[in-house]
Amino acid sequence: MSQAVLQAKLWYAQRISAMVLGVCVAIHLAIIFYAIRGGLTAQEILGRTQGNLGFAIFYEIFVLACFVHAPIGVANILQENIPQAGMTKPISWLLALLILILGTTAVIGLYTGGAI
Amino acid sequence: MSSRPTLDYRAKSHLPYFAYACHRFSGLLLACFIPLHFLMLSQSLRGAEGFEASLKLTDFWVFKFGEWALVVLLAVHLAGGVRLLIIEFGPWNGLRKGWIQISILFAIVCGLLFLYFAN
Repeated sequence: MSQAVLQAKLWYAQRISAMVLGVCVAIHLAIIFYAIRGGLTAQEILGRTQGNLGFAIFYEIFVLACFVHAPIGVANILQENIPQAGMTKPISWLLALLILILGTTAVIGLYTGGAI
Repeated sequence: MSSRPTLDYRAKSHLPYFAYACHRFSGLLLACFIPLHFLMLSQSLRGAEGFEASLKLTDFWVFKFGEWALVVLLAVHLAGGVRLLIIEFGPWNGLRKGWIQISILFAIVCGLLFLYFAN
């Protein structure tokens, strides 16, 4: 794939993931404001999330959209600011894997409450 | 693209450049924070008690301030991102500078709401 085609595909992937994230982040902000009233406890969080399939699906979509969106943004920043360092691909791939693995682990943890 | 053009102060001394810088800055900080946030939430695999023990580690004012700052950054990035999507995909209609002010206001409102609802 030529560099220009790759850049065009990455641009679209970031915009499409941004559209998904726009909805997810707005809902997430509303959940944050609801959840922080009276402080956050593990019991309270798990009470909302454990066994809640809708919650798990919503947050896994959120994780997948982050997995696409954030590494492309970081790659753009690295490529524009320190292109000679050769860090663009390794750092953006590392970030992508961290988001996918840790994010999915978090969703599984919150859905199961550790009872696997 | 392997290099970027050098911009003098005239290219930077206007509101859309400020919006661009805010979007970059907030996005970069959020990208650094997200893996840590997921790492914390994945502690729920240890059950309610293990998860609570991890949450207690963040019971310092520094973390509380960080949470507030991240909510503001998230709001800045959301509003700035919606503005970009409207610019790129929406019908052309004037200079659309008002979206920057709306983005700033939205971030301020979210920051205040967080302070209002938090303990």
